[in-house]
Amino acid sequence: MSKRVLAVDDSKTMRDMVSFTLKREGFDVVEAEDGVAAIEKSADGAYDLVISDVNMPRMDGITLVGKLRQDPKFRATPILILTTEADQEKKAAGKAAGATGWIVKPFDPDQLIGVVKRVCR
Amino acid sequence: MNAEEAVLATAEAIAAGRETSSDAKQYVSFAAGDEQYAVDIISVREIKGWTDVTSLPNQPDHVRGVLNLRGAVLPIIDLQCRLGGGLTETSPRHVIVIVAVDDRQVGLLVDAVSDILSASDERIQPVPETSGREDARVFSGFLTEEEQMVAMLDLTRLLGSEVLDSALHEQTELQ
Amino acid sequence: MNDFEQFKQTFFDECEELLQQFEDVAGTLQAGANDPAGLDDMFRSVHSIKAGAGAFKFDRLVKFAHELENVMDRVRSGRMELAEGDPEFIMQAGDVLQDLVAAARSGVEATAGLEDEALARLQAMLAGGAAQPAAPAQMESAGEAGSGDFRIHFRPHRAMYETANEPQLLFHALAVLGELTAKADLSKLPELAKMQPDEGYVSWQMELRGAPGLAEIEEVFEFVEGDCDLTFEPLAAAPDVAEEPAAVEAGPVDTPEAKPAAKTENSGPAAVQSTSIRVELERVDQLVDMVGELVIAQAMALDSLSELVDIRHVKQLQALEDLTMRTRQLQEGVMAVRMQPLKALFQRFPRIVRDLSRKLGKSVRLELDGEATEVDKTIIEELSDPLTHMIRNCMDHGLETPEDRLAAGKPEQGVVRLSAEHRNGRILIRVSDDGRGLNPEKVFNKAVENGLVDADAELSKEEIEALIFMPGFSTAAEISDVSGRGVGMDVVRRNIQKLGGRVTVESTEGEGSTFTLALPLTLAVLDGMLVSVAGERYVVPLSAIVETVCPDASAIRALPEGGTVMPLRGETIRLIDLCQSMNLSRLGQPEPLRKLAVIVETEFGRRVGLVVDELLGQQQVVIKSLEANYRRIEGVAGTAILGDGRVRLILDIDGLATMPVRNPDARPQDGDTANSEEATGGLSA
Repeated sequence: MSKRVLAVDDSKTMRDMVSFTLKREGFDVVEAEDGVAAIEKSADGAYDLVISDVNMPRMDGITLVGKLRQDPKFRATPILILTTEADQEKKAAGKAAGATGWIVKPFDPDQLIGVVKRVCR
Repeated sequence: MNAEEAVLATAEAIAAGRETSSDAKQYVSFAAGDEQYAVDIISVREIKGWTDVTSLPNQPDHVRGVLNLRGAVLPIIDLQCRLGGGLTETSPRHVIVIVAVDDRQVGLLVDAVSDILSASDERIQPVPETSGREDARVFSGFLTEEEQMVAMLDLTRLLGSEVLDSALHEQTELQ
Repeated sequence: MNDFEQFKQTFFDECEELLQQFEDVAGTLQAGANDPAGLDDMFRSVHSIKAGAGAFKFDRLVKFAHELENVMDRVRSGRMELAEGDPEFIMQAGDVLQDLVAAARSGVEATAGLEDEALARLQAMLAGGAAQPAAPAQMESAGEAGSGDFRIHFRPHRAMYETANEPQLLFHALAVLGELTAKADLSKLPELAKMQPDEGYVSWQMELRGAPGLAEIEEVFEFVEGDCDLTFEPLAAAPDVAEEPAAVEAGPVDTPEAKPAAKTENSGPAAVQSTSIRVELERVDQLVDMVGELVIAQAMALDSLSELVDIRHVKQLQALEDLTMRTRQLQEGVMAVRMQPLKALFQRFPRIVRDLSRKLGKSVRLELDGEATEVDKTIIEELSDPLTHMIRNCMDHGLETPEDRLAAGKPEQGVVRLSAEHRNGRILIRVSDDGRGLNPEKVFNKAVENGLVDADAELSKEEIEALIFMPGFSTAAEISDVSGRGVGMDVVRRNIQKLGGRVTVESTEGEGSTFTLALPLTLAVLDGMLVSVAGERYVVPLSAIVETVCPDASAIRALPEGGTVMPLRGETIRLIDLCQSMNLSRLGQPEPLRKLAVIVETEFGRRVGLVVDELLGQQQVVIKSLEANYRRIEGVAGTAILGDGRVRLILDIDGLATMPVRNPDARPQDGDTANSEEATGGLSA
């Protein structure tokens, strides 16, 4: 059974890119356009990986990570945040909220896969 | 030829034209009044029998009205009247030749479709300087076929005053 | 170049929205405090553009977006306050961003230095603003350690497990770098009973040989720094390990106090976004067309069946009615897909007004109203140019200079108002100013000068005002830099007419002018009343009909200059004989015993009566343009294909109301039809 990924980003370009890259690697990708949508989608089952942007309307990525970590289903799920290089602060905040790691934007497909392999079995 | 036969003949001619790579062009000729006219087969979109049209107010007499052709509204021009003759007395045997000019479609009311002609450019005679006909500028040339003169219609000039001028006018203004 | 090239289109589409979002808020910025939600939106817009641009290596765009993003980040977090002049600059920076996006999209390198000035100012803002947070802590790497063999001590803390990081995966990653041997140290493992399931008890001693470098190893542990004890030691190449090697501690990254997550939570309902999909307009149009054909087919079926079906077929009738209703619902649903709020269009104007007021040296306030009004997308697109032109016109010609305003006892700041509303199934858009208004005398004289009217023509105030829409009214000599492009109000009018709309002006000298655009909500369907006159049938837009009366022949009065009027509840109503206007012949068509007057309202709010023989009932019709294959005809708004497949003309009420009264005996010659249209066209507004 292929692994399920929840890709969360308010930018369709980013969602498309993440989705495209992971699907090519055999992942099953579910997309959500912000934190609130991700929480809704998280209700319908477990995921093997979550990749979320930080800056999003309605609910940002850091809050999302914190909320997911409180959900027993997501306790051991790797969660990666998408951030830009300058965002040391964001990385720290993400980690404090329970993010497993981060992917620095912009990324190319190899970089994305590389990071995913470091956190996902 | 009535409308149905004309459609078949046109379709065959177009198919034949695709196969032969000769430099002869094909024309659809038709009768209006006592004269024979022809247009390039490429510009002919459809041929159909006469049906009642919806008249338009305050337009020149040769604009007979508009017709619904599969959802598009086309003006129908009485060719004989447009070329200085009287109004055509229409009957179901009359034919409308639908032609395309510059993205626009117009129906020409004619008496009947005569033939599909094949002629190379050399066979088409230029319009004489003084042809005696005031509206000679709507012709692009003449073709003599079986002892009959066929006038080749220049559709842009023929329809320009009604159909195309306004469009050109607007385009230039909007630039 | 990489596999993401294929997403460029999505990116640029998205950029358009993001730039718009940026601009929307930028137009509302002011010095000092601003709406935090708006600032967040702006920041996110730039951020998303930067992220996408990075993926496609649009380096100039990334660089500029980066600085702008930083400024917006500081502003939104309150670390920087916008000073006087900054809001305008931010808007300009938005323009630069837009230009860079456009350049990236076109594939043509943007003009060299295009962004330099704005970039410098952004950098200056960042340098001069609140103290820069300590430069992002660079990871202290173990000198310039090159490739080689390393000993790694790794002891995860509980926190590492809490972030779902797996030691095993780290080992896998290390194993890729070189030859790895690992030994677990289980000495800290407590008795089973005391064991906490998510505590870290195990540590590892590893040796990695042939690794490319320390940086690569550090990267593997990137996510767990701070959540573990981690030391790297280079393994001595030689066996002399006598000296204690300097252990290099890759301590936790210098993390500023992590904010509690709860603080950043944004639970406000402020920016609820609706989920949406992107569909190509062409597909929607195909659907609209198909439904249009369905409506015609359905009406045709109804038409032919109604003759066969009588009272015994109640069920069939009900089924037919049901079908009719559903067809209509389907049509409404499909049309709704094309409807969009005017907001996107209206929000372009604050900037245009702001830029222009600077250029003209006039202080102008733009008021917007009715932005939520929904209109067919095609109409919105086509409105952009005419509205821009009209607003420029108001500001350039309508509003006085500040000195003149003060002298006239008006506030120095002029007001331009743009509003939209639905009325009677049409949309009315008004552009008004509180400027000097039109001077009828001047307008008339100018029209005479330009040969548009005779000097001795007697025109009403409305007719004179309408002269400004005539081709040739505004001459090339006075086209200013501002009104630009050399288009006059005649082109505005023509564009509006093309949309089946109408533009009128009302003006009071010294108080200002109001331009009103009346447009159909959609270009596709119309509720009409079918009327017959002298054997012909016409469609009257239902929205224009007020009532239908059967006038008493004795009450109708002929006017000396031609035409007739009738009284209606104290009002005098001008009658328009359709038979005459449409130049129909009564030959073989008996005059009906009593004619009907359909009272209709023009855009001016004036009422006139259309004299017809009979009302044939209401029908929804699919509008087809006459101009697609022919030309515009005076008094005709368009054509409709009815249930019987025949084309019928849709009457243009305002056009009819302003057509000159004809002497019924004189049939116009071919030649002067066009002339008369040209001559009266200017007054039909």
